Order: sequence, then structure tokens, then C-alpha cells
Amino acid sequence: MRPTAQALFAAVFAFVLLVIVPWAIRVTHHDDFYYTLSSVALLAIASGGVWLTFYIGRINIGQGAYALIGGYASAIFVVKAGLSFWIAMPLAGVVCALVSVAIGLPILRLRGVYFAMVTLVLTEVARLSALALPITNGAMGITEIPPPGPLGLFGFNLLPSFASFANRNQAFYFLCVVMMMLCFAALYRLVNSRVGRLFAALRQNEDLASSMGLNVPALRVLAYAISSFLGGVGGAIFAAIAQSVYPSSFTVADSINFMLNCFLGGLGYVFGPMLGTLVLYFGWDLLFQAGQYQLLIYSGVMIILMLVLPNGLLSLRFSRKKGA
Amino acid sequence: MAPILQVKNLSKAYGGLIAVNDVSFEVERGEILSVIGPNGAGKSTIFKLISSFVKPTRGEVLFEGERISGLAPHIVARKGVVRTFQETTIFKGLTARDSVVVAHHLRSRANLIDYYLNTAAARRDEDEFGRSSDEILEFLGLGEVKNEIAGNLPQGHLRALGIAIGLAANPKVLLLDEPFAGMNHDETRRAIEMTRAVRERGVTLLLVEHDIAAVMRISDRIAVINFGSKIAEGKPAEIQSNDKVIEAYLGVEDESIGI
Ligand SMILES: Nc1ncnc2c1ncn2[C@@H]1O[C@H](COP(=O)(O)OP(=O)(O)OP(=O)(O)O)[C@@H](O)[C@H]1O
Ligand SMILES: [Mg+2]
Repeated sequence: MRPTAQALFAAVFAFVLLVIVPWAIRVTHHDDFYYTLSSVALLAIASGGVWLTFYIGRINIGQGAYALIGGYASAIFVVKAGLSFWIAMPLAGVVCALVSVAIGLPILRLRGVYFAMVTLVLTEVARLSALALPITNGAMGITEIPPPGPLGLFGFNLLPSFASFANRNQAFYFLCVVMMMLCFAALYRLVNSRVGRLFAALRQNEDLASSMGLNVPALRVLAYAISSFLGGVGGAIFAAIAQSVYPSSFTVADSINFMLNCFLGGLGYVFGPMLGTLVLYFGWDLLFQAGQYQLLIYSGVMIILMLVLPNGLLSLRFSRKKGA
Repeated sequence: MAPILQVKNLSKAYGGLIAVNDVSFEVERGEILSVIGPNGAGKSTIFKLISSFVKPTRGEVLFEGERISGLAPHIVARKGVVRTFQETTIFKGLTARDSVVVAHHLRSRANLIDYYLNTAAARRDEDEFGRSSDEILEFLGLGEVKNEIAGNLPQGHLRALGIAIGLAANPKVLLLDEPFAGMNHDETRRAIEMTRAVRERGVTLLLVEHDIAAVMRISDRIAVINFGSKIAEGKPAEIQSNDKVIEAYLGVEDESIGI
């Protein structure tokens, strides 16, 4: 895309999310939609991280672990250390990035299904740690997390405290959507920069890349750390919305969903995880009517979709263009 | 002048299997040295040891007098010892040009943050690498196909692209593992010319190759490996008339060394 087309696309996207959607919600009186869409946005952020690990050629089924760590970290920063949410959220991401460096250095040497299996275990390890550690308060979790306070920058008041908003769901919606746009803009920039090309080279052939002087272990860990940072930010926002975090806030099922979101949207497209998360989230909800058949239909549809559209939903748009 | 590369008493055992057994040889600056031997003789393993992808069980490799065994492979590459691979020596999903640009990475002065922010330093590198890539691709006869996805190129072009990627890393010593494999007669002839031209650029070349005729034409010297051990070393003419070599080739399979 040319830069002007890019800017136009971004502007339309932002306009829809920040103006059209709130307007539609107001006229239809579907206020609960704010909550649903906030969840989609924060899950999309975490899925975007998973997408980046796919981008370097690793199947990551462990993002739930970092979402959980991020949720707890920000809860602890806010409740126990008295930090503002606006500091705690990025800090939670940093904590996750640091943890992921320590974990990633050894496990990123694994490839394919071996790496995937280890990451799958990570979520369970995170859950058990949350149950066992004193600071996370065991099964009781951390509750009554105060809503985000005022946001100021250089003495300017950018945002009042969330407690002062009449419609707090709407405030959270704006928070989630803005964060999602920021994260995906950063991700887009990343994969379209030279760094992205190095990552792509890694995915194609790690041995050759290191023979060409690329510091493959360092680049792998960098991608994984960014991925985990996004997981942590998603988790931190989740904890703020739910005002609580429990060991079961993110489970293995969530980790799998983060991965499926990427598959569904399309691994070849940065914005794939956003679409994938939206479709999967609503798809699952719609199937609620199907009662006991919910999981069966869901899994069946997923399998068919992957067979019919191996490159994800976004490939539809691109293949149509090619035909025209 | 001292040899650019010294392989000293190199051994590598995989469990009980001794893949490389006490192999020593030296490579002079600017020469083309070929390593030949029957399948499974240990040639690729020697390359892996030199490029430090695997650690030797015994022995060491010196590059410009300095020990490089045990260093990380990307550090060895940065020092100037660059290797291509026997099977896939390309980035399948990238275009030919992008592959070569990526392989310029170790020449870059800008850091990752520069890349991300696309600062002046990053753009300067980018321009320079683009120009240099075009030049290398042209040089290896890939100018026409530079925007094709590498994985879609025919075998002859693939091998040339492998060499292009190797060259982009600015090697002092380039290790090519079976660069002529799968080429027809014409392609081989052109590849030999290319390889000679690479040497003219001041690159020392180490080759593993099964195409004996090609090896005889291109090499300054040849080392012969059989069952992990070096059984002969010398000029092509000496190797052709070496009894041990003829025996090794005739003994293992019906592949004659006939030129
Ligand atoms: N990672 C490994 N683990 C165990 N054995 C190995 C390993 N790599 C190579 N070998 C063995 O070491 C021996 C030498 O292998 P190598 O690949 O170096 O042979 P080669 O001379 O390159 O053969 P070719 O001409 O077929 O490429 C073979 O017997 C091979 O099976
Ligand atoms: Mg080999």
C-alpha cells in the first residue's frame, strides 16, 4: 500500500471504531456491546503477539501465560505498590518481556511441534504459580482493583479518572480500541521495516541466516519478547476491566484461542489476528444457542475453514483483488 | 603469507560414529580448494566444523591465525567465514533480491532501532545494500529474475542465488557445499565461470562437490576424504593419478574418476 492509502485506511478504521461503533451502540441501546468489543480488542492485542512468534516460524500456544502474568503484574503494581494504571500497564508488558527472555533463550532453540508443546505447558505453569505464590494470593486472586486513575503528561491532564465516567464501559472500550490500534500500528511498522525482513529470513531458514551473520538466537528472543509484551499489555487491560484477576483468568483454552485467532485471520497479514479474534469471539457466542453442540460445531467449522482457507480470512480479500 | 584457514587435527564423533577423523589441511589466501569424497565421507561435517555450526570433538580451526572453533556461527560469519548449505541455501519465501539484501546485514552500521524508525543511517544502509545486491545479482546472471520468489526459481538459478547470498555477506572465505548439484552441463560450465569470477573478487573458496570433472577444472588443490579421514591432498593432476583415491572411488561405488 502507498503511504497515502495507508493513512486513509487507518483513518477510516479509527473513525469506524471511535465514532461509528459508539454511535450505533447508542442508537440501538446495546450498551453491553462495549464490554464485548473491549474484550475482543484486548484479546486481539495478545493475539497480535502470538502472530509475531508465528512470523519467526514458531507455533506459540503459551500466550495465556503472559496474559496472566501481565494481569497479575499490573494488579500488584496498582493494588500493592499504589502505581497508576497508566504506569502499571506498560510495566506489566515489560515484566512479561523480561520473563519471556529468560524462558525464551532455552526454549526457542526448539522448533515445530516441540516448541509448541513447551509453550502449551507454560500456561499451566503460570496458573499453578499464581495458585502457589504468596504475592498472587492463591485461588482468591486479586480483587477490587481500582479503575484507572487520571492520565496526565507533563502536568497536562489528558484523561480524568475512570471512576468519574458515567459510562465506564464506554471509557474502557475507548481504552481498549486505542491500545489495539497503537499496538497493531507498531506491529505493522515492525514487520514492514528491515527488522521484519530479518524476522522473515529467520522463518525461512535459520541456519542460513546465522551463516550470513545474523544473530539468530538474539533476534528470536527479541520477537518473542515483543510478543510477550503484547500478551502482558492485553492481560493488564483485562485485569483493569474485570477489576480482578484469578489463576483461571487465562487458561490453556485461551492460549489455544490466541493461536487460532492468528490462523483464522491469516498468518500472512499483520491485521489478521484482529479479524480472527472478532470472528472467533462472536462465532463462539452465536453458537451458544446450539447448547451442547457448541464445541462440536465450532471445531467442525474451524477445521473446514482451515481446509478451505489455509491462508486465513484475509486471503479472501487479496485473492479477489488478484482475480479482478 | 600465512594460510588464511588452518584445519588442525579436526575430529568429530556422533556417538560411536566417527564422521571426521583427525583431518588437517591449510587453505592459502585466494585459492580454490575442493574437498571430495564418496557419500557420507564427512565432507559436509568438515564444513559444519569450520563454520562452527558443530563443535569439534578434537582439534581446531584457525582463521587468519585466530581460533574460531567454539565461537557462535554468526560470529564466525562476521569474521569472514561464510558457508552455504548442501540442501536449501536460500530463503524460500523471499524474493531473490530481498534474500541478497538480508544477507548484507552484517555489513550494516545502523542498529535495529534505526531500522524500526527508518533513520537516515538505516536508509543509507538500505540504499547501499540495494545497489550492492543488484550488482551481485547481475554478476551472477540473476538480474532478470531478482523480483521472483526464490522458491519458484529453477535449480540452476537457485544454486547461483545461494552463491549470491553467500557473496552478500562479504566473505573472505566462502564455503560452498555442492554448488553444482543438479545442474546440467551448460549450467555447470557457467557456474564454474562464476566461481572463478568470485575468486577474482578476492574471495578464497572452499568447495565440496561430487561433479569430479568440474572439480578437476576449477580447483587449485584438492583434498580427498574417505570414511572421515583425509587420504590425499594435492593438485588435480596428482589426485587423478593417486592410487588411494582411485581405490576409494572404485571401492565404494561404480563411480569412476574418469575425466
Ligand atoms: N547430526 C548427525 N548425527 C549423527 N550422524 C551424523 C550427523 N551428521 C552427519 N552424520 C554422519 O556422519 C557421516 C558424514 O556425514 P556428512 O554429511 O559429513 O557426509 P558427506 O561427505 O557430506 O556426504 P554427502 O556427499 O552425501 O553429502 C555420515 O555417516 C552421516 O550419517
Ligand atoms: Mg554433504
